[in-house]
Amino acid sequence: MTRESLTGWGRTQPSVADVLEVTDSTDTAAAVAGAGPRGVLARGLGRSYGDAAQNGGGLVVRLQGLAGDVVIDALRAEATVPAGLSIDHLLRVIVPRGFFVPVTPGTRFVTIGGAIASDIHGKNHHADGSFGNHVTALDLLLADGSVLAIGPHNNPELFWTTVGGMGLTGVVLSATIRLIPIESSRMSVDTDRLPDLESLLAAMTDGDDNYRYSVGWVDLLAKGKHLGRSVLTRGDHAPAAQLAQREDALAYGPRQLVTVPSFAPPSGVLSHPAVAVFNELWYRKAPKHRVQELQSIATFFHPLDGVGAWNRLYGARGMVQYQFVVPMNRDDVLRRAVELLSAARVACFLAIIKRFGPGNPAPLSFPIPGWTLTLDASSAASGLPELFSALDTLVLDAGGRHYFAKDAHIGPEAVRRGYPRLAEWQTTRNAIDPQRKWQSDLARRLALLSEGPLDGLLGEGD
Amino acid sequence: MQNAFGNPQQVLLLGGTSDIGLAIVRAFDPSSLRRVVLACRDAAKGELLAQELRTDTLAVDVVEFHAEAVEGHQAAIDAIAAATGEIDVAIVAFAQLGDSTVTTTDAAAAAALAGINFAGAVAATIAVGNRMRAQGHGSIVVVSSVAGERVRMANPVYGGSKAGLDGFAQGYGDAIAADGVHVMVVRPGFVHSQMTAGMDPAPFATTPNKVAKIVVAGLRSRRRMVWAPKVLRPVFSALRHVPGPLWRRLPLS
Repeated sequence: MTRESLTGWGRTQPSVADVLEVTDSTDTAAAVAGAGPRGVLARGLGRSYGDAAQNGGGLVVRLQGLAGDVVIDALRAEATVPAGLSIDHLLRVIVPRGFFVPVTPGTRFVTIGGAIASDIHGKNHHADGSFGNHVTALDLLLADGSVLAIGPHNNPELFWTTVGGMGLTGVVLSATIRLIPIESSRMSVDTDRLPDLESLLAAMTDGDDNYRYSVGWVDLLAKGKHLGRSVLTRGDHAPAAQLAQREDALAYGPRQLVTVPSFAPPSGVLSHPAVAVFNELWYRKAPKHRVQELQSIATFFHPLDGVGAWNRLYGARGMVQYQFVVPMNRDDVLRRAVELLSAARVACFLAIIKRFGPGNPAPLSFPIPGWTLTLDASSAASGLPELFSALDTLVLDAGGRHYFAKDAHIGPEAVRRGYPRLAEWQTTRNAIDPQRKWQSDLARRLALLSEGPLDGLLGEGD
Repeated sequence: MQNAFGNPQQVLLLGGTSDIGLAIVRAFDPSSLRRVVLACRDAAKGELLAQELRTDTLAVDVVEFHAEAVEGHQAAIDAIAAATGEIDVAIVAFAQLGDSTVTTTDAAAAAALAGINFAGAVAATIAVGNRMRAQGHGSIVVVSSVAGERVRMANPVYGGSKAGLDGFAQGYGDAIAADGVHVMVVRPGFVHSQMTAGMDPAPFATTPNKVAKIVVAGLRSRRRMVWAPKVLRPVFSALRHVPGPLWRRLPLS
């Protein structure tokens, strides 16, 4: 056990915890039993941006060493995997055998446990939903040390409380997930360059259903008639017939090209002019309209993984992500948000718009049918807290919500407005962990474990 | 918990009637701030101030606290933490100016002033530090003075106690950094406040609200030291090297 300062991928809000690497479920159960008053939390690869995988003053268990092989059931297109395994590792095993993960986020360096805890989504949300939709069974280590097998038809309340439950119901030890059969490791991609936000939203509304994957990159620095100019990329797994050479159709070996060194300038390199130049080039380089371009899985899904530790580009003070979703009929909020962001001249290097499909039964799952916008910015950017506050009001007033895996700034009130089923989640959660063994910095910041009205909770100590 | 911008949810103000301390509390983002504890000698005065601070979303408690009673500091802080939960930011703001004509001649009066400004503040900082170490995070704002750089002859006991506190806080901040606790030393110049009422302002005089703004910005970027106003840093950096005979003739001394 070591005492370590932990942050999320955004490198803000550090806290110090006892960190224990576990190698089997018995170790994990023993660690949980020995946890003190500040509780315990499982941490995967630390790719959530804020404080979700931190537990200051308490215990944090890392499960990457949790032994176990990937077991593939090719007939049912399912795989049973240890929860500490990364999507990176899993893809290297399953792609050559003709399968793909049901959902991948913009990085492949997340664990299966983390994918379930955050109920992650990807470019196929409109077609396939979020990660939890594809989990058929999982083993959950409970606060009392016992292991429970649950699934969507086996103790569904606890299953859906765990999906999107931010690790606060227990430790997912292993999971069985449905896979997508693929004929090749290439993507067939259509690209459209769109001059403004209206045309992006129209193109997505009209055409997304023809594609399994769809996402829009938005230049948030563009102004006036260029406001919201975007590059829309949509595609599907390429059939083997589309490849020139059929024999290595399933070859897969993504590489990291460079790593940002730890001595990167503490002030960061993503200044406003640098981002403006990047955005201009990125927009210009995209074709006006191109169809059926073959791209690798890494290029299409995980472009940033080519640069190791890219979060260091934001400097010592780190970066913040902001991701919200508003209902489909509130695209006015999306437009207003893009206007505010453009007017504020905040250097956003990555801004993504996606049209979500239906949500799932998990009370704390983020996606609802609607528009999601995600962006990142240097946490040192002036005026950012005020800008985020203004966005929060817009989003919450429209019946929208924030994504826990990205969030690093909201408070308990915003969760209670954005997630009306919080109390339902708490009831199921508290029944299996009345002593609040599972804790995290995120749970403390958002008062996720505290029932009842917020003013009553002001009087709460430990 | 502090959010990504360093805005706290729960704050402990030691020296709960301090103008600078209260200005810092008011400068925090009200949408994050949920609870403030005012620890002060005069609980009745603290309660009046608490009534001004309270809102629908901000709870304010008042706890009686005597800076010189160092034996009780740990127990007092632990009791506050037990009732409050996390302490995200603690501000060590209490100090007395003392009557320089008395403290420079009366040994016991000098020791009593140092007992509040130095020993009391050191004990309170350590008591809070212990608590924050256990929670693995937190920021301690130690209100020092430009005297941390050079003590003025106008009030050597006050200045000396602040200089001692300043040095302690820097060293302690380094010692406790690995435990996740951030200590920030604030070096204000002359501040128009209750404490300095009726005094002739020194050059570069500032106000509690301006000091507070600098403190909040410093917490956001996790600075180890901030000056208020900022210009005092180069000014005192130069003054530190001024020979004694000349220093004694300067208006700042």
